[in-house]
Amino acid sequence: MTTSELDHLEATGTAQPKHQAERPRLRWTRVLLHLFLLAGAVVMALPFAWMVLSSFKPLEEIFIQPPKLLPKVWQPENYRNALEAADFVRGFVNSLYIAVIVVVVSVFTAAMAAYAFARIRFTGRGPLFMVFLATLMVPVQLTVIPLYLILGRLNWIDTHLALIVPASLFNAFGVFLLRQYVRGIPIELEEAAAIDGAGRARIFLTVILPLLRTPMVALGIFTFLGQWNSFFHPLIFLNSDSLFTLPLVVNQFKGTYSSDWTGLMAAATLAAAPLLIVFVIAQRQIVEGIALSGSKS
Amino acid sequence: MTTTVRRPTRTPPRSGADKPARPGSGQRRRRDNLAGYLFLAPQLIGLLVFMLGPLVFAVVLSVSHWDGFGARSWAGLSNFGTVLQDPQLRTSAKNTIWYTVLSVPGTMVSAFVVAYLLQKVKRKSFYRTFYFAPVVTSTVAVAAIWLWLFNPEIGPLNALLRRVGMPAPDWLQDARFVIPAFALVGIWQGLGYQIVMMMAGLENVPRTLLEAADIDGASEWQKMRRITIPLLSPTILFLSVTSVIGSFQIFDYIYVFMGANAPASSRTVVYEIYQKAFVEFDFGLGSAIAVFLFAALLALTGLQLLAQKRWVHYTE
Repeated sequence: MTTSELDHLEATGTAQPKHQAERPRLRWTRVLLHLFLLAGAVVMALPFAWMVLSSFKPLEEIFIQPPKLLPKVWQPENYRNALEAADFVRGFVNSLYIAVIVVVVSVFTAAMAAYAFARIRFTGRGPLFMVFLATLMVPVQLTVIPLYLILGRLNWIDTHLALIVPASLFNAFGVFLLRQYVRGIPIELEEAAAIDGAGRARIFLTVILPLLRTPMVALGIFTFLGQWNSFFHPLIFLNSDSLFTLPLVVNQFKGTYSSDWTGLMAAATLAAAPLLIVFVIAQRQIVEGIALSGSKS
Repeated sequence: MTTTVRRPTRTPPRSGADKPARPGSGQRRRRDNLAGYLFLAPQLIGLLVFMLGPLVFAVVLSVSHWDGFGARSWAGLSNFGTVLQDPQLRTSAKNTIWYTVLSVPGTMVSAFVVAYLLQKVKRKSFYRTFYFAPVVTSTVAVAAIWLWLFNPEIGPLNALLRRVGMPAPDWLQDARFVIPAFALVGIWQGLGYQIVMMMAGLENVPRTLLEAADIDGASEWQKMRRITIPLLSPTILFLSVTSVIGSFQIFDYIYVFMGANAPASSRTVVYEIYQKAFVEFDFGLGSAIAVFLFAALLALTGLQLLAQKRWVHYTE
């Protein structure tokens, strides 16, 4: 069938598969569309590509003019040097365990609070919830100075407690997000459990929490990203190298070895790689979690 | 628990005729209060100790002179006077606004274009991977990459510019280019997040509306202008409010790119808070800057929420 025949069929309304008829007209715009998106993707990926490829170059090649993307000589030793020069492994472990504790505790306690706000009629519920909401507007910089002084009083400065405890016990965004979901759970489920003799705690653990799985995972991923990449609070609250989280280690590396571009590129690659890998694997959940966190606000 | 059961007499007097008190209703109320506050306890403690307490303390500090060690002394409004008069602080405020002016619309417009086009193709997740990757990368790693890309002698960016015959500035050292350079990195890093949000918003645009417009012979541009953008407006408002707040708080780029002693032309408001409080130990002045920042953000957010009546459409 020629295109003119198809056009004719479509015009007369007798063509069965409509999309086949449209395709010839749309082909060029579609190609252009893909070309545009591809160009954008290349621009987005280029800095990463440059970082990864540079991390394998010997130092002389970094200075070649005009710059070349691909290394002529591959030099994986840069990675060994980077790992030895700055304490990556320790930074990695510090970041990981802090983020995991904060995610687990803050998501769980936020779910508890969300349940209270959504389902329990206690005195002061409305105003308190408004206070939680209002704090979403407060920039961290306003509270960071007093927080530093309070944590100093508690002798928590230069300990991981300064990063773990406040973040674990206060997650206003999480409380707000999860409350929306608790409200969507049919109350009959809880009533049925109550008739079977379950108390509040039991209802929360056996009825509510399992149903909150999806938003909790999304919130958890969101919280993890924030913690893992956090720079401001660790920079202010930590002094000892051995306590540094990964972003601080990379930054310290940059300062100490700033002329060593190969090492810095290897360091940056090592810091970025874990999350990039996790992202490629769990892309769907991360993206949905983020879309959901915004649309519910 | 047993004590609450034994004290039903403590229920409020049943004078309120409109509310016939069922037996045990006061007890139930007390039980609800107890349960409510027990469930709330961890986050409530956090709210009080790590948010409300510091908030009040911040205001007190902003009217104090204090270096964290000796006695705190009353400063009145002198810290705020310093904030308004200090030429460096004024430059930093200008830089912050300039960064916001460049990065917020830059990110939103490009995110809209990409999201709009992405929605028309298959293999969305393929493209999304590329656009979103910078979002999950830590700012420090991002800055390390761009530090090299921006390098005037050995960086590929300027090599490219020179090849096409454009001027190749010293991005991070030239006062005119340092803030645009930060904005470029900000757009690159923030784009993916906004694309994802806008795609989620675009999915809520009812197909029937677009098809009806098709039948009426509407052009692509008309459909976008009259249907898609109005229906996306709540998402656009959300993104503009949150990204203005975010860009006013820009700190990491400056600290990582420029180090602990950034030149005047590259400093931002939050960099000044950091400097005053944690380098110079002037907690009063640092807090005063933070109070100003908060007030500015409140005002800007308020303005955007007021303006929304004119352009934001909610379905339902």
